[in-house]
Amino acid sequence: MSIKQISVFVENKAGALLAITSVLAANGIDMRALALSEASDFGIGRMIVSDVYAATTVLKDAGFIHSISPVLAVAIPNVPGGLNEVLKVLSTEGVNVEYMYAFQGKASEDAYMVFKVADDIHAASVLRDHGIRLANEEDLARL
Amino acid sequence: MAERYFQPEIETMPREQLKALQDERLVAQVRHVWENVPYYRKKMEEKGLTPDDIKGTEDLHKLPFLSKADLREAYPYGLMGAPLKDCVRIQSTSGTTGKRVVAFYTQADINLWEDCCARAIVAAGGSNESVCQVSYGYGLFTGGPGLNGGSHKVGCLTIPTSSGNTERQIMFIMDLQATILCCTPSYAAYLGESMKEMGLTPDQIPLKAGIFGAEAWSEEMRQSIQDTLGIKAFDIYGLTELSGPGVAFECSEQTGMHINEDHFIAEVIDPDTGEVLPDGVQGELVFTAITKKAFPLLRYRTRDICVLSHEKCSCGRTHVKMSKPRGRTDDMLIIRGVNVFPSQIETVLLNQGYPANYQIIVDRVRNSDTLEVQVEMTPEMFTDNLGEIAQRQKQLVDGLRSMLGLTAKVTLVAPKSIVRSEGKAVRVIDKRKI
Repeated sequence: MSIKQISVFVENKAGALLAITSVLAANGIDMRALALSEASDFGIGRMIVSDVYAATTVLKDAGFIHSISPVLAVAIPNVPGGLNEVLKVLSTEGVNVEYMYAFQGKASEDAYMVFKVADDIHAASVLRDHGIRLANEEDLARL
Repeated sequence: MAERYFQPEIETMPREQLKALQDERLVAQVRHVWENVPYYRKKMEEKGLTPDDIKGTEDLHKLPFLSKADLREAYPYGLMGAPLKDCVRIQSTSGTTGKRVVAFYTQADINLWEDCCARAIVAAGGSNESVCQVSYGYGLFTGGPGLNGGSHKVGCLTIPTSSGNTERQIMFIMDLQATILCCTPSYAAYLGESMKEMGLTPDQIPLKAGIFGAEAWSEEMRQSIQDTLGIKAFDIYGLTELSGPGVAFECSEQTGMHINEDHFIAEVIDPDTGEVLPDGVQGELVFTAITKKAFPLLRYRTRDICVLSHEKCSCGRTHVKMSKPRGRTDDMLIIRGVNVFPSQIETVLLNQGYPANYQIIVDRVRNSDTLEVQVEMTPEMFTDNLGEIAQRQKQLVDGLRSMLGLTAKVTLVAPKSIVRSEGKAVRVIDKRKI
């Protein structure tokens, strides 16, 4: 039930991120979500895109280093306490969140939260058991 | 495979015989210099010496030194030792460490220089069946002309590509099935990297040997070049002041470079006192050219730090071996009072699996020296986990600290962002001088 996230090495200098987004834009790749995290002299750009294969191919050709990791895209009802409910489930089941970031679906009212956890299969089944909706790659295409 | 030599009678000459040859040549050379180079004659007179005081190599230590400063002072014609009508060529240094050095050659000087390079090529396995690509720069730089001449003498099919245009270099290597490559080690590493990217594996690359010199390189770099190109990599040593590459070269043992002692007498001295040091003790390398006539330098201080060894070599050559120079005293950086050679940093990087391309940046911030080492991120090293990358970075900082005794800042940069060199690599940017 996981989706694929692309992580790209980004140098910590002006224009580094632009270089990446330019490549994606020029190749018509839609970025659904992007989060940056940084160490002192470099960072990692994490993104969910419309076409993982196309995106990684053009990034590689342009000389960017990347890796792919499984993450969970969880639908968060757009009501007070929506995220709280999800975190409560994960906490009760002892799932540690390594990092997370949010994005908004195009059509739906729901917000989505990307979760990186150590064991995505276990976390996905725990969430499903509690009736929490996860988006798969096909869902993402429609969102 | 039996060891082959270009000039077996000289390269394997018994030591006593070699010493007699050196004695005779040194005595004649001192007289030649006395009569033709007023600049040096004056230096001898200042020490109360005449040519009669030099009866053999045991008197060598009496002679005054020449240094880069002398070359600068005597520029351009002050150290020329043959009349203009006998000189046929000059070669020159890049002038990166000050004024250019201009060296002169008679036809005989060129001939002996090319012999030296030919010995290096044969020691690396070259023969008249070899296809030898010379990717050192041609022109004023000695690398191209020297190896080109040596390659001709051996009878190799010589490809004079000169430096640059990497795509064309690779095309010639592959199309003409080149078996020997001559260039700087940093360019060899770059060629290897480019060929790997093109999907060429070591067994598809026709090269068998490489003769790499003109800059300091580490044992780890040798290993990495050997692995990517599937070759045996041989070191070659020389400097323009003494002719160019081929003053010393490596044999199949790869444990140091045999100095061509029939042309150059080597000494290792204490750089501070000038005292001659015994075998096995590290010091500054000093050369006396005993056959060259147009630029006959006596006791020239190279500023290269190394060790000499007269131990018997399995290759059968009797000439003394010099260790890989630890670096020129010119390359040495003094950072917060600590002596640092770029080659030490290279050793740590390659040991930890980083690419051979790196940049060292030294600066002074609030009166304190800073050392930054930039290395390129590789796909193998990259993960989505910041912690893991930071851990690797820390490992490198620790490795550098234990090698240098200094804390360096390690910066990971994007692949291919450090400029590749086609000749001598510029590893160090010292902003303190600006």
